[in-house]
Amino acid sequence: MASKVVSFTLNGRETEVMVKPLTTLQVVLREQLGHTATKTGCRQGGCGSCTVLLNGEPVLSCLLPAEDVAGQQVTTLEGLTPIDGLHPVQRAFFDHYAVQCGYCSPGMILTTKALLDRNPTPSREEIVEAISGNICRCTGYTAIIEAVEAAAQALKGGQNGR
Amino acid sequence: MGVNMTKVRGQGMAAINYPTGMNLGGDPSQALIHASTTGNFIISLSSTDLGQGLKTVIAQIGAETLGVPFDTVIIDTADTDTGPHCMGTFASRATHRVGNAVMMAANEAKKALLDVAADELEASPDDLELDGNGSIVVKGVPDRSISVIDTALAAHFKHGKTIAGRGIYMKPKSKVDPLTGEMDPDSTEAHACTVAEVEVDTETGEVKVLSLKSAYEVGQQVNPALVEGQIVGGALMGIGHALYETTNPYYPAIDHGPLNFSDYLMPGPAELPEMESVVLEFPSSNGPYGVKGVGEMTANCPIPAIVNAINNALGVRITTLPVTPEVVLRALEEKAAQA
Amino acid sequence: MGANVLEKAAEKKYRVVGQSVPRRDGMGHVTGTTKFVGDVHYPGMLHLKMVRSPVPHAKINGIDFSEAEKVPGFVRVLTHRDVPKNIYTILCLIGVGPDDEPVLAVDKVRYQGEPIAAILAETEEAALEAVAKVKLDLEELPAVFDVEEALKPGAPIVADTGVNYFIYEGHHCRRVRYGDVEAGFAQADFIVEETYNTKPIEHAPTETTGCVAKPEADGRVTVHTNTQALYFSLDNTALILQVPFQKLHFVGGTVGGGFGGKVDVITEPITTLAAMKTGRPVKFIYSRAEEMQVSSPRSAWRLKYKDGVMKDGRIVARQITSYADAGAYNRHTPYAVTKHAANVAGPYTIPNVHIDAHCVFTNHTPGSAFRGFGVTMASFAIELQMDKIAATVGLDPWTIRFINAYRNGDVRPHRKVAEDVTFIETMQAAAKLAGHELPEHLLAMNSWDRNGGQHD
Repeated sequence: MASKVVSFTLNGRETEVMVKPLTTLQVVLREQLGHTATKTGCRQGGCGSCTVLLNGEPVLSCLLPAEDVAGQQVTTLEGLTPIDGLHPVQRAFFDHYAVQCGYCSPGMILTTKALLDRNPTPSREEIVEAISGNICRCTGYTAIIEAVEAAAQALKGGQNGR
Repeated sequence: MGVNMTKVRGQGMAAINYPTGMNLGGDPSQALIHASTTGNFIISLSSTDLGQGLKTVIAQIGAETLGVPFDTVIIDTADTDTGPHCMGTFASRATHRVGNAVMMAANEAKKALLDVAADELEASPDDLELDGNGSIVVKGVPDRSISVIDTALAAHFKHGKTIAGRGIYMKPKSKVDPLTGEMDPDSTEAHACTVAEVEVDTETGEVKVLSLKSAYEVGQQVNPALVEGQIVGGALMGIGHALYETTNPYYPAIDHGPLNFSDYLMPGPAELPEMESVVLEFPSSNGPYGVKGVGEMTANCPIPAIVNAINNALGVRITTLPVTPEVVLRALEEKAAQA
Repeated sequence: MGANVLEKAAEKKYRVVGQSVPRRDGMGHVTGTTKFVGDVHYPGMLHLKMVRSPVPHAKINGIDFSEAEKVPGFVRVLTHRDVPKNIYTILCLIGVGPDDEPVLAVDKVRYQGEPIAAILAETEEAALEAVAKVKLDLEELPAVFDVEEALKPGAPIVADTGVNYFIYEGHHCRRVRYGDVEAGFAQADFIVEETYNTKPIEHAPTETTGCVAKPEADGRVTVHTNTQALYFSLDNTALILQVPFQKLHFVGGTVGGGFGGKVDVITEPITTLAAMKTGRPVKFIYSRAEEMQVSSPRSAWRLKYKDGVMKDGRIVARQITSYADAGAYNRHTPYAVTKHAANVAGPYTIPNVHIDAHCVFTNHTPGSAFRGFGVTMASFAIELQMDKIAATVGLDPWTIRFINAYRNGDVRPHRKVAEDVTFIETMQAAAKLAGHELPEHLLAMNSWDRNGGQHD
């Protein structure tokens, strides 16, 4: 099987990349495009650290063949960060000590962004359900849940995310 | 029998001590500090941050001792070409050992800083103090002052002096007496006590931790939010150890070892109990600002508290970890057989 | 003094210490710009994967790399012959020995997953494919998995020393002897015995263990690593590679979760050797499966308690026989057992204590450091035992702990005089928080004065 060119929109920019068959989106993002915010906690679809947004929905980039994103919108954490300052979700994670080692943070933040886009006023149960696929070994999740709640408040208050 | 009839509740408690420091000593850590002409102080280390917040608490200790704003203290770690030796981040030793080294280095750097400022202000160094906002002032005479950055510039360009400090902390190595076990295995002791409440489903054997209420005594806290992070994170790890986690489910047999997060069970956010804690601060005799340490101990008290609560709920005496549904059901069977 | 100390602490007006300032690395973490080891990438970088033992105990009769070598992208293999000093030296630096673990297996494997050979390839896929094509000729040996079985005569021998236990200055265990337990048992109203068992546990940091080694133009090697202890890793790597310490430059300090799991110095020596042998940057990052089954877990423990207790709840004698399952090699377990021995009698003042703490070798994955090193499972056993004692004597769980609580000035079984002790105050605070009303006489207790008065 030969490599082929895959075109997609990465963080709002048209991107073309030569992809070997069955190469995952995770590998293309990290090793070919240098977008290392996307992490590699297990590469088995079990930890959520590689979460990116595909057309706004969270997906596990370690399980997704890169060819499958042709023509679609991919957002990584690099694409969430505004030029000046932080996205309200990032700000809430920072303010609420929802990061410790930082390794799960990119996936956790993108999962939160997707949750708040489709449900701006999630209940605690809905937050817990949304982040259940993202493993954090450090925080015990409490600070993360508080950060999601704070982010929801901040976004409601008109601090628009993208 | 209604569904709820199978669920029973119990309460348990446990109380623990935890020793700070690589047990037998002989584990030095060093710190170097210098003022650059930017007005910043750079603390050079080779210590590591595992997520517990070392880079933050060390900057706090450095800023406190120097008497300068927190934001002007830069942590440069970890690089063996620029950072002096550190034994490592383990044994709840980092804040205690590295913090002590940083205090020593900061005191030396502060003395050098005040000596230059004294020349500039034509005052005695003993009459000067740092205001914590980036200025050195003559005590009681607030308008006689010089900024830290001007002092650093004067030291370099006018006086030809460095503003720097060296620090090290080492607890001498203790030998263990092989016959009696006499030894000096720690620097200080932190303490915890947890009250756990659980609900056990006697039909399925599943345990739900309803609440964990804990008191921690960890000496002076450097950063209470980071201490809280250790307490909550450790508590969830404790729930995992108590109820789910093992790499050898049929230990001592080695088969069916989990290879992924689907098989290695850990508590997630859905397993979070109600959690409340209080932190007492009895300063230690030898930690920086009375620090003891909190990094390792936070899983230790929830584990026995939870298992004691399970035993209390069921009227059994489970003595193994983890307390999986199978363990619960076997204990209940045994109890029924004895009745 | 308790109250005075609290007041003194409250009086202290620190500017920054005691404040919840934001995390220094928080901005990097929430923007994903913090650089972790896995994010380090160099052009021309090779990937290292391990050939591992599929069985827990075997003689190695031969290894056939011929099919592996044909895999496109295969670069070379490293075996024990390539390792200058083929032995992990993690304990010799702190004066505990002997070092016992080969970097790459020589003629035997002693646990499932033990590294036998390192494959270097242009891509990770090629390295994995080549690993799968290595043919091992192994002759399985009887294995032993239970700590007490391992100590019985005739058990399969794991260790080269010829005995399945670590030798502490001529003794088969770490001993603590304080008072006379037999006299204590004779005096006691009750004898309370129980055995506690735990299983191995994984650290499960979200970032797996690993490093990247890069040869530099000046002949040195830069090693990016997520070790918890930078110099410890450097020193061990230099000793194993038999190169001067000056040749190595270790960079790290940002670790995606450690919990003790990244203190073993397991990936750096072989990766650095690979970089030196090939002249190219080499990356070796554990897979999640390796992290779970090959990286060292929290050891399994067995702890046997025998306590002599008076009717009023005082524990007058405590005898403990405990076993740490070190797995096939030392790693840090001999040291953990010593720390364990100092703490396994618990935060209680007992006049007669007898402890035999064993570090036992089995054909399990070697255990090592884990948050709570040697103490976590001791605390588990102690605190279950305290509940059993309370039930036996007919006291409530709080009272039994207060009655026996250690205090400042007490001599502990390892003969250190207790200081900085606040055990009683901590229990009082927890009882208050949990809404458990303690009786007056327990509320009146403190950690400084046994007579209930205030010390100054």
